Amino acid sequence: MNHKMIYLDNAATTAVRPEVLSAMLPWFTEHYGNPSSIHRAGRDAKIAVENARKQVAAAIGAQPQEIYFTGGGSESDNWAIRGLADVKKGKHIITSAVEHHAVLHTCEYLEKKGYRVTYLPVDEFGRVNPQDVKNAIDDDTLLVSIMAANNEIGTVEPIAEIGAIAKAAGIPFHTDAVQAVGAIPIDVNALNVDMLSMSAHKFNGPKGVGALYIRKGVRISPFIFGGAQERNMRAGTENLASIVGMGKAIEIAAAELGEHAKRFSAMRDRLIAGVQKTIPDVRLNGHPTDRLPNNFNMCFRYIEGESLLMRLDLIGVEGSSGSACTSGSLDPSHVLLAIGLPHEIAHGSLRLTLGLDTTEEDIDFVQEELPKIVQTLRDMSPLYPRCNVKENA
Amino acid sequence: MYTEKVMDHFENPRNVGEIENASGSGTVGNAKCGDIMKMDIKVENGVITDAKFKTFGCCAAVATSSMATEMIKGKTVEEALALTNKQVMDELGGLPPVKIHCSVLAEESIRAALEDYRRKNA
Repeated sequence: MNHKMIYLDNAATTAVRPEVLSAMLPWFTEHYGNPSSIHRAGRDAKIAVENARKQVAAAIGAQPQEIYFTGGGSESDNWAIRGLADVKKGKHIITSAVEHHAVLHTCEYLEKKGYRVTYLPVDEFGRVNPQDVKNAIDDDTLLVSIMAANNEIGTVEPIAEIGAIAKAAGIPFHTDAVQAVGAIPIDVNALNVDMLSMSAHKFNGPKGVGALYIRKGVRISPFIFGGAQERNMRAGTENLASIVGMGKAIEIAAAELGEHAKRFSAMRDRLIAGVQKTIPDVRLNGHPTDRLPNNFNMCFRYIEGESLLMRLDLIGVEGSSGSACTSGSLDPSHVLLAIGLPHEIAHGSLRLTLGLDTTEEDIDFVQEELPKIVQTLRDMSPLYPRCNVKENA
Repeated sequence: MYTEKVMDHFENPRNVGEIENASGSGTVGNAKCGDIMKMDIKVENGVITDAKFKTFGCCAAVATSSMATEMIKGKTVEEALALTNKQVMDELGGLPPVKIHCSVLAEESIRAALEDYRRKNA
């Protein structure tokens, strides 16, 4: 067998676009000045950082001075939550059961420090009910943090409604938009968002760089002490080339968003329908329509996710799973458990996330091969009902 | 993260299936943790002449089941009872630390099948 690799794990990370890479390269070797330096090289670097800040701001409807560059999505989440808890009155945080670990583990840390955290449940599609947010708010609530779109099952959360509720209650609203930025339209004012986390490598930018949007007037503590970078909020010499790359990547992603969303969702829906038609005992995870355009997540009963992933990898298809074996613990993904799946079904999940390079032929190939792989594993499974086994085989 | 031998036994598992009128069979693990192994053995004159398995689980679970069946075929019941998870692991060229429990399940499934055989022949 000699065919190309089909990378369908774009929710994990994406390839850097060639235009982004070429925009970055001069800032390593030619214009390598420190943006804090007074000389020409330093000034050029400073201009490049500020230009990227404008590009990022424009993509989410923010002002440039509301954008703070960070080391990535997890850092932005950590900073937003801890930084606000640090300076704001109140000891209660509202979040959801399906957040990324960067939010969940930060909240768990704060619980140990004496904060109270409400982890709101979600419906069968993984959606938070805005009414639950409203009911959870009390006099002690200092922050509401609900993700814009789920990284595993792709469900888009009703953050405009949640933002409006938080605003009416006078409570800052943070959203982890790491999966949403570049994939669906995001406007911090329309969504009533006060803080927003994003990460460049999710939209064909480089790894190790992200940003936190902090609405003007929202006060949080600095994340790193030192120099005056990022307006005294996040010290350390700027990751110059990566920041330039992030600016370029988000500019392109925002401009092409509609076009890609249309193409991805058509391929995604074709794959979902194809699988449902050819493989029995499958389940779509996440909302059927309110989901990220590039996200496919299904459970295949009677089989285990890691085996499925490895078999796909053997034929060149790269995906991911929420099974225990891929999470490094005995429990399957907290998101799949939160939408009500029993453990044994959650173990059999497969996530395929499309990207710029994904073609119709790739989808055809997966559609053709997946039923065979699932059947091979089911024939091997003691859970697979005997009545489905061909008696005369 | 997996050795070539593990991948070989995962890709081409030996002895998948069930034995009709097995001399002994045992099922261990549970779906909650994501691993279940069912082991069937055929014993003739105190010697294991055939072994087959069915496994719900990860790559390492499939590979250890496959290797374990290969290792007990031709062995006496007493010899097979002495098989340890470490021997199965060594034969596979090792397993990542988080996957060691899979080899424990393989050992346990064989023991369960052997105990079932002994019960039936007590």
